[in-house]
Amino acid sequence: MDHLMEKLKKQIIERLNLKDLKPENIGDDQPLFVEGIGLDSIDALELIVLLQQEYNIKLSNAEDGPRVFHSVRTMADYINANSGAIKVAP
Amino acid sequence: MYIHSTGNISPQHSLDAEAFFQQRVTTPTNAFKAIEPDYDSFVDSKMIRRMSRIVKMGVAAALTCLRNAGIENPSAILTATAYGCLEDSSSFLRKMIEFEEKMLSPTAFIQSTHNTVGAQIALLLKCHQYNNTIVHRSFSFENALIETSLLLEEGMRPVLVGAIDEITNDRHTILSRFGLYKPVWKNGQPVSGNIAGEGAAFFLMDKEPGYHPLALIPDLRILYKPQNNEAVNAELIDFLKSNQMSPKEIDLVLSSHTGNPQMDAPDENLLQTVFPGKSFFPFKSLSGDFPTASGFALWLAAHLLKEQKPPSWMMGLTLPLKHIIIHHRDGNTHHSFILISSC
Amino acid sequence: MSSPSWIAGLGIVSAIGNGLDENLESLITEQPGIGDMMWLPSVHVNELPVGEVKADSRELALATGLSPGLPRTALLSCLAAREALADAGWEKNNRLRTGFISANTVGGMDRTENFFRLFSTNTSAGRLADVVHHECGAVSELVADHLGIRHFVSTVSTACSSSANAIFTGARMIRAGLLDYALVGGADALTRFTLNGFNTLMILDKELCKPFDENRHGLNLGEGAAYLLLASDKGLKELNKKPYARISGYANANDAFHQTASSPEGTGSYLAMKGALDYAGLLPSDIDYINLHGTGTQNNDIAEGTAIRILFDPAYPKMSSTKAYTGHTLGASGAVEAVYSVLAIQHGVIFPNLRLETPMKEFPFQPVTACLKNQRVSHVLSNSFGFGGNCSSLIFSAA
Repeated sequence: MDHLMEKLKKQIIERLNLKDLKPENIGDDQPLFVEGIGLDSIDALELIVLLQQEYNIKLSNAEDGPRVFHSVRTMADYINANSGAIKVAP
Repeated sequence: MYIHSTGNISPQHSLDAEAFFQQRVTTPTNAFKAIEPDYDSFVDSKMIRRMSRIVKMGVAAALTCLRNAGIENPSAILTATAYGCLEDSSSFLRKMIEFEEKMLSPTAFIQSTHNTVGAQIALLLKCHQYNNTIVHRSFSFENALIETSLLLEEGMRPVLVGAIDEITNDRHTILSRFGLYKPVWKNGQPVSGNIAGEGAAFFLMDKEPGYHPLALIPDLRILYKPQNNEAVNAELIDFLKSNQMSPKEIDLVLSSHTGNPQMDAPDENLLQTVFPGKSFFPFKSLSGDFPTASGFALWLAAHLLKEQKPPSWMMGLTLPLKHIIIHHRDGNTHHSFILISSC
Repeated sequence: MSSPSWIAGLGIVSAIGNGLDENLESLITEQPGIGDMMWLPSVHVNELPVGEVKADSRELALATGLSPGLPRTALLSCLAAREALADAGWEKNNRLRTGFISANTVGGMDRTENFFRLFSTNTSAGRLADVVHHECGAVSELVADHLGIRHFVSTVSTACSSSANAIFTGARMIRAGLLDYALVGGADALTRFTLNGFNTLMILDKELCKPFDENRHGLNLGEGAAYLLLASDKGLKELNKKPYARISGYANANDAFHQTASSPEGTGSYLAMKGALDYAGLLPSDIDYINLHGTGTQNNDIAEGTAIRILFDPAYPKMSSTKAYTGHTLGASGAVEAVYSVLAIQHGVIFPNLRLETPMKEFPFQPVTACLKNQRVSHVLSNSFGFGGNCSSLIFSAA
């Protein structure tokens, strides 16, 4: 789990071009959106693509985004719960 | 209309007008890239992370222009570009093809819309005012200037207007295949040829001179698909006449010579017929060739008229400089004349 | 002395018809044109409904006399532009000053996609003919050249508000005495680029869109072209024709909130509508019909609706989104909806907002759900709100 979270932090920084941040700057439970890191709706869409491309998980309902992407930990939990073969998440 | 301030990112040291006058930049290649500032000093990291190069160039030039004028919010923002945000378009297109329309990411698409530069400027300034983008080949900037004068007449003052285009690898490769950038080689060295350029040139314009205007633009005219060189020359003379001027009152012609002798015949013809013996300078040797290069020419003219200290490498100029004509030509289809005067 | 902009001619091609008569017929008989993809070669063919013009590019080329190898946007543009000129009785050899101000967002992208398919793996591959008209301005020039308009040609590209902006640019030039005629409007063809681009934003409805419905799920993309021939007093006299209507107000404002999303309070929308009313010297209560931008996305409809509530409360005019018929035609939408607004005035008809089942709970108003005839329609407000916060509103008034 820790390894996954560490990997996620690196991927988030790279994909969202957060050049000023290092993985150690992102807390496991720190909110990613609005407050905390301060990501926005376009970043959410990019994270949806990240899930698809890197983890084979398709989040077909954008409204689940706030829940899934709340923090790095919730993202990791979600990936663990849905990993395996290509799945279309409910 | 009066030019109150400028902000110009180009292949020259144009962001700092003083540095420009001291050192001329040349290139041995046929792609004349802009000298770019540290963009972090213009935009915070949260916003800049998504911006492509052309957007950063446009934003930095626009903010410089406003800073130089001491204005925070113009009454209108106009942007002119012929190609738009090409890097993002190419990037999204390539991914779309590579991944067969699946698992695509939104950022490149969002940034590819032609009005992105104007929109980002408005976003940064929180400016709710009029905002428009003209994308019309080598008349993009000229049409934007025409719209600027109309907005000023209606009381929307001042107007921030800019011209932006960038060189991208794809654009350069494709236009090279069209034979546009053919250097003439001699003994393994390029002797002359059409050189691609890029830049972001912004101007703050107003109806009134204010305290320290750089220059005045009394008029401009566009000419689309003239029959021949004679028609171009006749239009220019008519343009001057309609401004109660004759060719002899022009002190300097900023011409569109590209360095490619086969393409430059109309420029030579115009100079010899309308302005024999007159001082001229090929502005594309400084900016490179691109559809909105007239933005660079306007910047150059404004500063020459204001400073009255032409750089040593612009030879043969007699002071004082009172009136400059920019002849912006693209092929034989797009001609424009911009008259700029000291004030 | 500044001249008003008379609307002397109209031309349109959309998913609901080729020409004014077909479009009007579809509007009145409530026949939408959104459905399965038939011509766009996309992998999303069975997934995303679209509003295609019901003709392949070969047929469009035949109808216009242009080459079928040209961008589809140019073919659509030419078809509609020519109709507007003929409708007005404009002659090529007239001695007055005509300008062509057109809008598009995709330019020649449908051809560029073909080029890139090969070019992306081999930079010497791909037919150059496919990219020679890539630029937005190149498409406008193709059409201007074909129509014989040379005096002034320009192209506006501000995403979804593009053709609304082109329309008021022409009106502005007439008012300033720079043109006697302005052929204004826009065109956009469906491309895989835009379809996939909008898909990445997750704002496309997999079913037929439901603008201003509580349970809306997004927009359907469409394609089309529409033009108005505007005339000055002098120009109108030469045509010897009664105008359809006039442009009485326009305004553009920037939301300055986010690159793609509208502010929840609809700041840009409010400023654009208010600005247009102020320009026209009209009160909100003077408006008989609002042609909504109404894309069917969660974000647009709530922002636009909020702005309408703030501006019009408590007396709301009748309103509808005709995107339920045509889909969102992007760069053409301002002009397509301008034509529909003028038809509303001409025929005294208010077109319905199709497929509205549950009105949005946030608002004490809702769009009309049936076609209303024999209406007094003197002033119509038409909204076009685009990416980059670019918000435009136009007001059309009876002549």
